[in-house]
Amino acid sequence: MRGVTRAVRIGIKDLWLHRLRSLLTILGVVFGVGSVVAMLAVGEGASAQALERIRRLGSNNIMLTATKAVEETTSGQVQRTSVYGLTYADEKRLRESFPSVRRIVPAKLVRKEARLGERSLEVRVVGTTPEWFDLVPRRMLAGRELEPHDLAGRSAVAVLTESGARKLLAVERSIGGFVRIGSFAFEVIGIVESDVGKVGDLPTPDQDIDAYIPMTVCKDRFGDTSQRRTSGSFEREQVELHQVIVDVDDTAHVEPTADAITTMLKRFHKRVDYKVEVPLALLREAEATKRTFNVVLGSIAGISLLVGGIGIMNIMLASVTERTREIGIRRAIGAKKRQIIGQFLIESVVLSVVGGLVGVFLGVAIPWVIQRFSGMPTDVTPESIALALGISGAVGIIFGIYPARRAAELDPIVALRHE
Amino acid sequence: MSELIRLEDVRKIYRMGSEEVAALDGVSLTFAQGSFWAFMGPSGSGKSTLLNLLGCLDRPTSGRYLLEANDVADLDDDELSELRLRRLGFIFQSFNLIPQLSVRENIELPLFYLGWEEAESAARASELAEKVGLGHRLLHRPTELSGGQQQRVAVARALANDPAVILADEPTGNLDTATSKQIMELLQELNAGGKTILMVTHEAEIAAYTKSQLHLRDGKIQSIEGERG
Ligand SMILES: Nc1ncnc2c1ncn2[C@@H]1O[C@H](COP(=O)(O)OP(=O)(O)OP(=O)(O)O)[C@@H](O)[C@H]1O
Ligand SMILES: [Mg+2]
Repeated sequence: MRGVTRAVRIGIKDLWLHRLRSLLTILGVVFGVGSVVAMLAVGEGASAQALERIRRLGSNNIMLTATKAVEETTSGQVQRTSVYGLTYADEKRLRESFPSVRRIVPAKLVRKEARLGERSLEVRVVGTTPEWFDLVPRRMLAGRELEPHDLAGRSAVAVLTESGARKLLAVERSIGGFVRIGSFAFEVIGIVESDVGKVGDLPTPDQDIDAYIPMTVCKDRFGDTSQRRTSGSFEREQVELHQVIVDVDDTAHVEPTADAITTMLKRFHKRVDYKVEVPLALLREAEATKRTFNVVLGSIAGISLLVGGIGIMNIMLASVTERTREIGIRRAIGAKKRQIIGQFLIESVVLSVVGGLVGVFLGVAIPWVIQRFSGMPTDVTPESIALALGISGAVGIIFGIYPARRAAELDPIVALRHE
Repeated sequence: MSELIRLEDVRKIYRMGSEEVAALDGVSLTFAQGSFWAFMGPSGSGKSTLLNLLGCLDRPTSGRYLLEANDVADLDDDELSELRLRRLGFIFQSFNLIPQLSVRENIELPLFYLGWEEAESAARASELAEKVGLGHRLLHRPTELSGGQQQRVAVARALANDPAVILADEPTGNLDTATSKQIMELLQELNAGGKTILMVTHEAEIAAYTKSQLHLRDGKIQSIEGERG
C-alpha cells in the first residue's frame, strides 16, 4: 500500500512536469464528467417536479370529466340547449357497482360572479362533497372545511381559496362573513391554501380561484343549466355533473377499474360526452420519459467519456514513445513488466480521476448556476457523482492499459538504444 | 579465485529475413569473482551482445549460462528482472540517467524497485554519491552535470543494490581522456574493493586498466590476455 502511494506521488510528479499537456489531456474527461453530472442534475430536478405534480393529482385517482360531444348541427336554431356530461345516475352506478372504489367525489362546476363588499371577482363555483378535501390534502388557512351536515342541512356556506380570498379581501376576519355568489349569499366558513398546477393535459382538481359549496346547495341554487354567451348568441348547457373523481383502494386496481368505468359509461351514454383520465398512467408515462432521457444522457456521457479516454490514450502513447529510453533504463535496473505497467497506468488513472474530480466540480456548479438564475429545479444526486467518478477511473484504466502494456513489452535492449 | 560466471558454448543468432547472423558463435568461458575484464574486438564482433547476455537483458539462442551456479538460460522475464535487480549493475556509454529525476533519485532507483524505505534509501544514495565524489550535487538534475559527473552518478546507481557483477558497455565512449581516466580509476578502485567488473571497450588505453582482456571476432573468442580466472 505504501508502495502504491509512493508510486502515485511519483506519477503526479511526472504529470506535473508536463502541466500544460496534462491539463489539455484531462479536458475531455472534465467536460465529459461535468456534462454528465450537470445533465443528470437537471433531468433529475425536472422529473422530480413532474412526478411530484402527478402524485399530487393522486396516483390512486381516476378523473371523469364532462366534455361536450361533437356538435350535431341543428341548423336554424339560434338558441338551443346542449345536454351532455356525467349524470347523477352515473354517480349512483359508480357508488354501487365497483367494489374497488373507495371514494367518489362528484362536482358541479359553475362560473359565477362573487362579491364581497366593494370587490367582485369571477370564481369557479365547485358544488361538491366534504371528501373533496380528502382527495388533495391541503392546509386550511382559516376556518373549516365543508362537512356532511352542511350538505344534509343545505347550508349556504362556502370555502374560498387563498388567492380568491385575497382578491376579495376576505382575510381571516371574514370567516363568518358573507360573500355573494351569483345572486345568493353564502357564509364564508373557511379559507384553504391554493395549490394548483397543470400536469400535462390534466388540471389539478383545484383551481386558483374556487368557491367550494355543498353539492346540494349548488344543485338547488344554480340548477343544472347554465348560460354562456358565445359570439353574440346565447348557449345553454345542461350538465348534471362536470366532474367525478374516483378514488380507488389500491394502485393495482386503478387501471382495471378505469377500464370497467369506461365500459360502463359507454353503455349508458349515447355519445362520448365524458373523458376518463388516469394520473397513474401519466405517472408511468413520466417515468418512461425519464428512462428514455437517462438512456440518451447515458449515450451522450458515454460518447464524451470515450472521447476523453481516447485523448488520454493518445497522450499516454506519446509519453511512452518519448520515455522509451527511461523504460529501458528501468527495465535494465530490474523493474518487472507489471511495475512498468503500474507506472503508466497510475499516470493515466491519475489524469482521468483528476479530470473526473474537476468535472464533478463543474457538474455541481452548472446546475447551481442554472437553479440560481432560471429557477429551474436541479438535483445533484450522490449516485451521479459516484457514477461519474467511477466511470472516469474506469476510463483511466481502460484507455491506459494499452499504452502501459506497450511500454512494458518494449525490449529493454532496443529501448536503451532509442534516441 | 572462485568461479562466478560460466558460459558453455553460448550462441546468439539473429535472424534477418532469410539471413542468419551469429552474433555469438560458441563462446565458452568462465569469469572469476573479483575479476576485471575488457571485451575487445572490431565493431560487430559481438561485444555488446555478450555483455547483454551476461547482463540478463537477453537470452542465448543455445548454450548454458550459469550465474553464481544458477542456470539463467531458461528463466522467464520476471525472474531475469529479479536477477538484474538483485545481482547486477549497469553502466552505459550514454550514462542513461533519467532526466526528470535528481541525482539522488537516480541513484535510489534500484532501491525503489527493491522496496527500500525512503529514509534508508536516501541515506544510501547520499553515501554512494559521496563515494563517487558528488555528495554536493544530490539535488541537481543530470542535465546540470558534466559528462564525467553524470557517469559517476551512473556508477553510484550501479552500486546501489550492491551487485555481484557490474556490466559496463563502453563507459568512457562519450568522455574525454581526462574524465575517462577518472572513471577508470573509480572502476579500478571498486574492483580493488572486490567487485567483479565486465566492460566493453575498443580502446587499448582503457583496456589497460583491466586485469583481463577478451578479444572477439565474428562472435568467436579470438584470444585472451592477462589473468585467467
Ligand atoms: N537486435 C539485433 N538484430 C539483428 N542483428 C543484431 C542485433 N544486435 C546485434 N546484431 C548483430 O550482431 C552482431 C554483433 O553486434 P554487437 O552489437 O554485439 O557488436 P559490437 O561488438 O558491440 O559492435 P560495436 O563495437 O559497434 O558496438 C552485429 O553483426 C550486429 O549487426
Ligand atoms: Mg557494442
